[in-house]
Amino acid sequence: MNTVVAQLQRQFQDYLVSLYQQGFLDNQFTELRKLQDEGTPDFVAEVVSLFFDDCSKLINSMSRSLERPENVDFKQVDSGVHQLKGSSSSVGARRVKNVCISFKECCDVQNREGCLRCLQQVDYEYKMLKTKLQDLFNLEQQIVQAGGAIPQVNIN
Amino acid sequence: METDQQMEEMDVEVLSSMWPEDVGGTEPDNQFNVEKPAGDSDTLKEVDIAEKRTMADLKRLPDLLNTTDQGSSQLTNLVKQWEYMQDHAVRLLREELKILTKQREEAEAKELKIIEEHNFETEEPENVPVLDESSDLFRRFKEKKRDKLVGRKRIEIDEEFDTVAYWKQKALSLEKMLEASTERERRLIEKLNESLKTMESHSAPVEELTQNLKRAEGFLHFILQNAPIVMGHQDKDLRYLFIYNKFPTLREHVRDKDILGKTDVEIFHGGGVKESEDFKREVLEKGKASKREITFETDLFGSKTFLIYVEPVYNKAREKIGINYMGMEVTDQVRKREKMAKLREDNAVRKAMESELTKTIHITEETMRAKQMLATMSHEIRSPLSGVVGMAEILSTTKLDKEQRQLLNVMISSGDLVLQLINDILDLSKVESGVMKLEATKFRPREVVKHVLQTAAASLKKELTLEGNIADEVPILVIGDVLRIRQILTNLISNAIKFTHQGKVGIKLKVIPEPSFASGLELNTDAEEQNGLTETETSVWIRCDVYDTGIGIPENALPCLFKKYMQASADHARKYGGTGLGLAICKQLVELMGGQLTVTSQVNLGSTFTFILPYKVAASNDHSDDQDEFSDMVDHQPEPDDSTEGYFQFKPLLGSIYSNGGPVIGNNFLPHKAMLPSPVKLMNGFVADPSDNTGQSEAVQVENGGYKDEPRLETHRPETAHQYENGNGRCPSKESESCSSSQASSEMESEFTVSSPREDVQTEAEVKETSKQPKILLVEDNKINIMVAKSMMKQLGYTFDIANNGVEAITAINSSSYDLVLMDVCMPVLDGLKATRLIRSYEESGNWDAAVEAGVDIKVLENKQMSVRSTNRLPIIAMTANTLSESSEECYANGMDSFISKPVTLQKLKECLKQYLH
Repeated sequence: MNTVVAQLQRQFQDYLVSLYQQGFLDNQFTELRKLQDEGTPDFVAEVVSLFFDDCSKLINSMSRSLERPENVDFKQVDSGVHQLKGSSSSVGARRVKNVCISFKECCDVQNREGCLRCLQQVDYEYKMLKTKLQDLFNLEQQIVQAGGAIPQVNIN
Repeated sequence: METDQQMEEMDVEVLSSMWPEDVGGTEPDNQFNVEKPAGDSDTLKEVDIAEKRTMADLKRLPDLLNTTDQGSSQLTNLVKQWEYMQDHAVRLLREELKILTKQREEAEAKELKIIEEHNFETEEPENVPVLDESSDLFRRFKEKKRDKLVGRKRIEIDEEFDTVAYWKQKALSLEKMLEASTERERRLIEKLNESLKTMESHSAPVEELTQNLKRAEGFLHFILQNAPIVMGHQDKDLRYLFIYNKFPTLREHVRDKDILGKTDVEIFHGGGVKESEDFKREVLEKGKASKREITFETDLFGSKTFLIYVEPVYNKAREKIGINYMGMEVTDQVRKREKMAKLREDNAVRKAMESELTKTIHITEETMRAKQMLATMSHEIRSPLSGVVGMAEILSTTKLDKEQRQLLNVMISSGDLVLQLINDILDLSKVESGVMKLEATKFRPREVVKHVLQTAAASLKKELTLEGNIADEVPILVIGDVLRIRQILTNLISNAIKFTHQGKVGIKLKVIPEPSFASGLELNTDAEEQNGLTETETSVWIRCDVYDTGIGIPENALPCLFKKYMQASADHARKYGGTGLGLAICKQLVELMGGQLTVTSQVNLGSTFTFILPYKVAASNDHSDDQDEFSDMVDHQPEPDDSTEGYFQFKPLLGSIYSNGGPVIGNNFLPHKAMLPSPVKLMNGFVADPSDNTGQSEAVQVENGGYKDEPRLETHRPETAHQYENGNGRCPSKESESCSSSQASSEMESEFTVSSPREDVQTEAEVKETSKQPKILLVEDNKINIMVAKSMMKQLGYTFDIANNGVEAITAINSSSYDLVLMDVCMPVLDGLKATRLIRSYEESGNWDAAVEAGVDIKVLENKQMSVRSTNRLPIIAMTANTLSESSEECYANGMDSFISKPVTLQKLKECLKQYLH
């Protein structure tokens, strides 16, 4: 049993490190994980799921704003992007945040084409991250079920 | 013989190819012209003209050719070549003859031999020719000729030797041979005659030479007809003997005869002529050919640059007889070259400038960064330090024994010194980085002087007379940055007091004409613009002397007096303390306002610091506006003529003025004119009279240019003032300078206001209160951020309220009191910066008018107008996304105290809370 746990733990570690290395996550995610304790064992998962819900809502509303080629309400899009940028920055979703930065630039110059491209990218990135994090949480659960502790992962 | 003939002809060919054959520019039907497009009759004309253009003294030219080296050598060459040719031909013919002679001799010898053989029947010895045995060439020829022409035929005879038949046969064959030989001889003679005839055709060398010369001339014309070239020959006196000139302008104006026999100087006038003349002379003297570029500026052909080649000409006796010169017009090339050079130079200059600029930018950036860091550091140090000092001051209000109090006093004064130093550094870096903005406010110079002196008197520990003297012509009301002027005055006065042990210290004000340094300077107007002054107002220059009867300053120390961190000497620094920044700040401030700060001093007699500054005089019709501002004062001022009073004196009272080494009580000093008849209470360094409460505080308010915390401290929170009375005031316990300067800066730099109001006002009750759970308001619209922040706060052991935008934040602040606000910058409805401004405005004015104006719902706010907390400055920490629009400067400028860059981390939050929550 110990070997199973150890294996899972190693897998978890490697997976998490790979997420950092591939740029999906940054240090803010580490911060989040630090905030999780016995009192709030699902804190990260909660925040993250809230984030993904937020993402999908915002992306929907932004895509509606950008739907028609004329009369795009860039202000509204901008506020959405700002929200998304703040949220992604807070959870450490690095790739999403980076797309948001260029998204915002497109928005500032009212480039609808650019905005649509960024929207697609953001959509892709957040979904990607979602599956990755789901995998990660699954691993976590497996470790817990196997009676192990979630290992401390030192990024850097 | 045939080959020889050909050889000879080939020689001639080689010679003639020196000049292109048949390029006779003057002949219309020659090969060259045929090659030109048919029907181009112009060409022909041009050619003709070209010949005419030549200005040659035809009589002199042959002369020249005969007399000069070059000329004679050319002729000699031609003659030599011809002679060589002829020699060659003659030599060949002679050889031919020799061969023939020899052959004949041989034939004869053979005949003889036959006869001899016949007679003696012996072998005939070889007949050795005697002619020209030594000549190898000849021998070779001989061999060759013999081989070729005679052969070595062996006479083969069938008959038996020495029989009659034999001899008969031999004789017959020999006879035949002889006949053949004779025949050959005849042919050769014929040939010889022929070749002699051809020789004759070549025998006219003069004709040939003329032909060559003609070709040469034609070629020269062909080459030179359009070349921008002047050629000439000048004699020893530089008189033209020959000139070839292409330039028609010259020709139009000057005829041949006007040139020939004259010198350059006689022909031309203008720039370059003399130079060329000198150059030619130089060449003539040195005897060395040389080239030079000379630009002519003459009436004849305008501005033209020539590349001139000059060579000396010698006669056969190697004596100089003149010069040849050739000039080619290179004006365009020179111009191009100069343009290129200029471009290159410009380029180089630009590059140098660029690199210089980059360097400067780099340095500036570095400096700015360093200054920024200094400012940040100072700020970082000041905040906790003010905490330390504040706490120490609170501690001093508690029951302490004598020793503890002494220790505490040292602690407070040291802390104050450091605070002062930091404030100075901040001030200085602000001035230097150009961040400091001047404000234009109306103020009364007399009052400013009076208050500065009052303040100084309040903390005076020496028996000094402080006096103020303001000339009558100084306007009652002027416009300028009163805060800064006050700061300068306070600095100078406290400086004077510091170095004066007896006698007096004073301020003198008078109007002066515009100083010379300002008249030519734009700086002045700049400063005025900075002051927000308009041109319609009249300006006045006021000279302010701050004099003392102190220790004075040695002359050698004067230059570095205004330098940072410098004092007159290390001894002084030890003895008198201080940061050494005060005067540097004063100087910078004065210069910022377009004035000048100077000093005169005599050791042991005293010093006088003088600054002259431009002010705008408030126009008289403005006076009605002032009424609003000063109405209170007019109403309540017990002595209305105070505003025009020109002389104040603060004399030390006799008797004990020190209370057991403790702080000086303010009422030890009374102004000369009995300004403050009753015991004075000290308020943050101001001498305030309780009976004159409103008037005084109004005056302070006016003087401070709108600084409103101070009076409210008193009016709204009397218990605070009371607190100070208990503590006997903090200002008298330290040097007035520190007090007033820190005060001044806190007035100005609202963003850095950490030192006075918050800590100062904190009562013991509040101290206790802060030890309880602090109330924190988080203003943030992003749910996720809120969630994260909540979790962090929880870990740190805090709870907080949440507002989702600026309006909610204002509502929350209005209805409840908070110790700290964490404010997102970018929010819907009302962003963090605006919200902060409105909160600050509320803190200053006590009402939410500004917020109402900005459209925040009034009803929510109205019933809670006078919050207890309103006088206290609420620490507001920005949470910025670190973009340009959310820069730290922006946050400070809008009244925020600090900022946390996003994403917020536990560490950042912890540090921030630690700093702002006690």
